[in-house]
Amino acid sequence: MIQQLFFAYFAFVIVVLSLLVITRKNPVHSVLWMLLLFFHIASLYLLLNAEFMAAIQVIVYAGGILVLFLFAVFILNIREELRINKFIGAWPTGLTFAVGLLVVIIMSIKSFIAAPPGIYSIDLIKQETHTKALGKLLYTEFLYPFEVTSLILLVAIIGAIVLAKRRLKS
Amino acid sequence: MNFQLPNLSPMVPELTMTALALIVLLIDLLIKKKEILALISMAGVAIVAVTLLGSSGVTFGNMFISDGYSSFFKLIFFINVILSVLISIKYIAIERVNYGEYYSLILFSTIGMMIMASAGDLIVLYLGLELMALSTYILAGFIRHDVKSNEAALKYFLLGAFSSAFLLYGISIVYGLTGTTDLKAIASFISEKGLANNFSLLLSVIFLTVAFGFKIAAAPFHMWAPDVYEGAPTSITAFMSVGPKAAGFAVLGRVFMVAFVSVKVDWVAILIPLSILTMAVGNIVALSQTNIKRMLAYSSIAHAGYALLGIITANNEGLASMMNYLMIYAFMNIGAFAVIIMLRSEGFKGDSIYDYEGLSKTHPWAAALMLIFMFSLTGIPPTAGFIGKLYIFISAINAGYTWLVVVAVIFSAISAYFYMRIVMYMYMREPKVTVTLSTSLPTDFALVITTVAVLVIGVFPSFLVGLARAAIRGF
Repeated sequence: MIQQLFFAYFAFVIVVLSLLVITRKNPVHSVLWMLLLFFHIASLYLLLNAEFMAAIQVIVYAGGILVLFLFAVFILNIREELRINKFIGAWPTGLTFAVGLLVVIIMSIKSFIAAPPGIYSIDLIKQETHTKALGKLLYTEFLYPFEVTSLILLVAIIGAIVLAKRRLKS
Repeated sequence: MNFQLPNLSPMVPELTMTALALIVLLIDLLIKKKEILALISMAGVAIVAVTLLGSSGVTFGNMFISDGYSSFFKLIFFINVILSVLISIKYIAIERVNYGEYYSLILFSTIGMMIMASAGDLIVLYLGLELMALSTYILAGFIRHDVKSNEAALKYFLLGAFSSAFLLYGISIVYGLTGTTDLKAIASFISEKGLANNFSLLLSVIFLTVAFGFKIAAAPFHMWAPDVYEGAPTSITAFMSVGPKAAGFAVLGRVFMVAFVSVKVDWVAILIPLSILTMAVGNIVALSQTNIKRMLAYSSIAHAGYALLGIITANNEGLASMMNYLMIYAFMNIGAFAVIIMLRSEGFKGDSIYDYEGLSKTHPWAAALMLIFMFSLTGIPPTAGFIGKLYIFISAINAGYTWLVVVAVIFSAISAYFYMRIVMYMYMREPKVTVTLSTSLPTDFALVITTVAVLVIGVFPSFLVGLARAAIRGF
């Protein structure tokens, strides 16, 4: 019961915070709401007995990525969000599609049948500890996708250097 | 804790390609002449192509599948990468972006495509797609001092990220329903539990269609293509009009034919209107384009529509003709881009269709080659484009979609107008601007390869058709 109550609270707050993030005019406010959002997502992971994921969520997203966001806002010195009619003029169409999509997804929930749970039950994870179970899986069953991820990160680094660091030649 | 290293022999091509990309990245630090990197890349890809021969099998617990189907697609990617590099060498020097990272990014993008073609698992498929897409976003914005190139990269990135969200949502629904991301396991779970009529499953199929539709530039998910194709460096436009499109078709074919085989009726019903709309938008909007890169972008959308017919047939014959079509498209499209790239010279953009006026009088050879590629893109015999369309139409008729073939033929006839307009400008108008061709040995070489391929496949198609049929066997 308490667990469901907690989940309901976090789920509700996450939706509210997401809306706040995308509707604030001041980008700094958006980023700060996002900080709160990341903490709430981390709490959801805790409810799932995934304490390692929760810690990573706080350290990487709240600690790393968000600070980068703040730096970007700071360097660009945007006080107020730019509104260019060309880009936001079509919002009624966008809203219609978004609402339509929402209705379709809500309709599909009724027919959703969850698959039988896998071998990683709460007891097994408690016994093995979450971090160990995750690490073991990453380096055995999911070794191949894990290695592909390393290539993606490498490409991201190369991209940042190519697009940002290189001096312009005119 | 016992750990066994998985059998790596089926993925030797991917490993070699990764090593090659990293070597190119490192050598870039040491040498000043970046043309050497292009040579190393091409030679390396040729070696990788050889390793493809002995690399069939399944490894990493079904996550990686190397079979005839994936090998044929990898062959398309290798041809794409070699031809794109050939036409890049002179061009990126003219655009003043002659950096070594260009070649390693092309190689990384190709690794992503190879991973996609061999993906037996939705997670791996997604990661391969991101690896391919991320490298292409960067390449699209490679000319940093050109606003159009920046715009292309940003648009491609935003819409690409949007489509990734759809893909992930689709994958998460499939995972929630079946408890697995393995394509074969999904298929058996769906048929065992009788999920075929489940609305959630249909929704996930729709989401995956949207995501793959973005990658193959099918209407109505084609919005990014014209702007990105126009703004990106021309060599990269050639690269990404063939590679990511073929990779998109590879995963579309495998995911739908393996994982969702029991809901065939549903996805065929989704793909038929998609294919008609794609052919309509591509061919009709292309009529009013005056920028040749933009025109070829719409042409590329239209060709995705024809190739979709191969998937709609939902049988091996259709898939083989789709593969065949994509291979032919690689040759004829990069050939056309090679001619376009030659028109770009110092201080002259050469991407307006009016720049082609009277080209036959000033540069008869370039005009003749463009004529061949335009004929091939229209699908006029004896060029390869005709063979590609012929086989795809035959397989669709055999599967009972005669009316759809009639529609496709009508749109093909419409497409003749804008392809032939280029030919008409080249041969029947007087030259207005002086065009200097920036020829180079590599571009000439690429033109020879593409022209010979387009003509030889057009006259003797049996080899390629046989190869595609052999590749699909046992799929």
